[in-house]
Amino acid sequence: MRRLINRQPDVVVRFGLMLLPFVAVIIAYMIASEARLSVNPNDKLLPGWSTIAAAIERMAFLPDQRTGSYLLLQDTISSLSRLGIGVAVATLIGGIFGILQGLIPYFRATFNAFTGVLSMIPPLAVLPILFIIFGLGELAKVVLVAVGIAPFIIRDLALRTEEIPHEEIIKAQTLGASTWQIILRIVVPQMLPRLIDGVRLSLGAAWLFLIAAEAIASDSGLGYRIFLMRRYLAMDVILPYVAWITLLAFTLDLALRLFQRIAFRWMYRGN
Amino acid sequence: MTSFRLSSLRLFAAAFVATALAFTALSPANAEAKKDFKVGWSIYVGWMPWGYAMDHGIVKKWADKYDINIELVQFNDYIEGINQFTAGAYDGVMATNMDALAIPSAGGVDSTILLICDYSDGNDVIILKGKDKLEDIKGQKVNLVELSVSHYVLARALENIGMSERDVTVVNTSDADMIAAYATPDVTAMVTWNPMAAEILQQEGAYNVFDSTKLPGEIQDSLVVNTQTMKDNPAFAKAMTGIWYETMALMAGGDAAAEAAKIAMGEASGTDLAGYEAQLAATEMFYKPEDYIKFTEGNLVELTQFVTKFLFDHGLLGDAATSPGYIGIELADGTVVGDESNVLLRYTTEYAKMAAEGKL
Repeated sequence: MRRLINRQPDVVVRFGLMLLPFVAVIIAYMIASEARLSVNPNDKLLPGWSTIAAAIERMAFLPDQRTGSYLLLQDTISSLSRLGIGVAVATLIGGIFGILQGLIPYFRATFNAFTGVLSMIPPLAVLPILFIIFGLGELAKVVLVAVGIAPFIIRDLALRTEEIPHEEIIKAQTLGASTWQIILRIVVPQMLPRLIDGVRLSLGAAWLFLIAAEAIASDSGLGYRIFLMRRYLAMDVILPYVAWITLLAFTLDLALRLFQRIAFRWMYRGN
Repeated sequence: MTSFRLSSLRLFAAAFVATALAFTALSPANAEAKKDFKVGWSIYVGWMPWGYAMDHGIVKKWADKYDINIELVQFNDYIEGINQFTAGAYDGVMATNMDALAIPSAGGVDSTILLICDYSDGNDVIILKGKDKLEDIKGQKVNLVELSVSHYVLARALENIGMSERDVTVVNTSDADMIAAYATPDVTAMVTWNPMAAEILQQEGAYNVFDSTKLPGEIQDSLVVNTQTMKDNPAFAKAMTGIWYETMALMAGGDAAAEAAKIAMGEASGTDLAGYEAQLAATEMFYKPEDYIKFTEGNLVELTQFVTKFLFDHGLLGDAATSPGYIGIELADGTVVGDESNVLLRYTTEYAKMAAEGKL
């Protein structure tokens, strides 16, 4: 049938279509930037390519005059280690609580409502409390990321655990499995790839919390730099940083997806 | 199929045009004679009169007199207001002289300090926890809003006692979180401004070891306008000046009306009359145009050079800057501090003089 839903673009067209919106935005940016720069050559809002290139060189490839370190590298290491630890902690907590909440009725009765309510609290609104408890240092930033995404991961995984066909659990019991054995042999292997899905979905929120934490009190990090530069409208630094964060986030997502494909090959069998 | 292909092409064209339009909205405002003006302001003791003037018809009265429309817009985020001004969306903004130089002027926007509302006379404070001498700050982590006036105060204070920023570690901290930050054990030194500073100093073990009374006149809280807009629209500059000095006369009156105005300003800034009076005590307000003219036509060269040096040392004059004098600053008497061929910040007393002579 020659209907729109049946028409497939070939490889070349598909690639072209994929690039089209990106190119459109870049061209529109160039036009607007040109218009502003022709009025004021020092305009900071939409800097030209050469200004952006100079900023990238200064931030990424030249040591900082005052500290002697490479700022982009230093900021990236700070941010990624905070993000990594925060996400790892949230994943661990989410994995344990999610599985127990999904599988064990007493555990669910105790914690289900609590995590449900917890996940509705906007962590940024209770920041002063987090500060008092965890200080203003690295710990508070990691905690904000972990607290921000853990409830989501717990709830997601609890729902996935409940979706395990009850027949499997019955079958294991008829074969004599204890609760502990059921968790280890039936639930955990099936839930690990789902956990990765949950983490992938919460990475966007994790970046958001990280950048918010760095904006509030910090001396390095990608979010710190963006908010510092914003103080004098240095869009020539901010725009490359935003692009760099996007690239890092995209790469992390891709890495998790590839890891899931390789580590849990069985999931992709059959379909 | 042709018809379908056409329509999808149209769709893309429409999307492209929409994106282009969205960016075109960012094109700079063209300076010419116009009727509608927008000025940004944010909560600060010396700027509260602007909010009062807006709410109590003083703005409208002067705008009507010159047959223009003036809208004063309150920004919850001080820097965002300056950024909007720099981008061309606003005709004027309340900013310190330092931020005016670092953001609009360094961004190539020729700006004029139409009038100075006040200068900080104790509003910016360095606070140490459990120590009472500035020298004790050595080696500590100092929480402050980096690259702000607080940072400037720290740099000037350290300079005064022969230290430099290398002797401390600066931790950038949001002004909204200063009070909460002070309550945490790992925060031991801090630079902030009122009303946060007053709140923190009430806590046990908090010592004021340095404040802006030792830097008189260096931190000027000003009304900054686009120079071209001002030249093309003297009515705008006259109306703004009129609004300010009428509100100032009301405030300085010492009668019931003055008290009512101060109560309203105090409440709008989240405190009461006593709290607002305490902040005013740490602020040198220019109540009369004569005060402002006297200050501005006095010797501002040295004060200005302190500021340009700080900005240059922190790379805030732009990458092209090769010396603290890279951007020229024209003082009220026409002398230029810095590069005369690159004047991007100007002081003027022209309109204040009209106010003083009753010619507005």
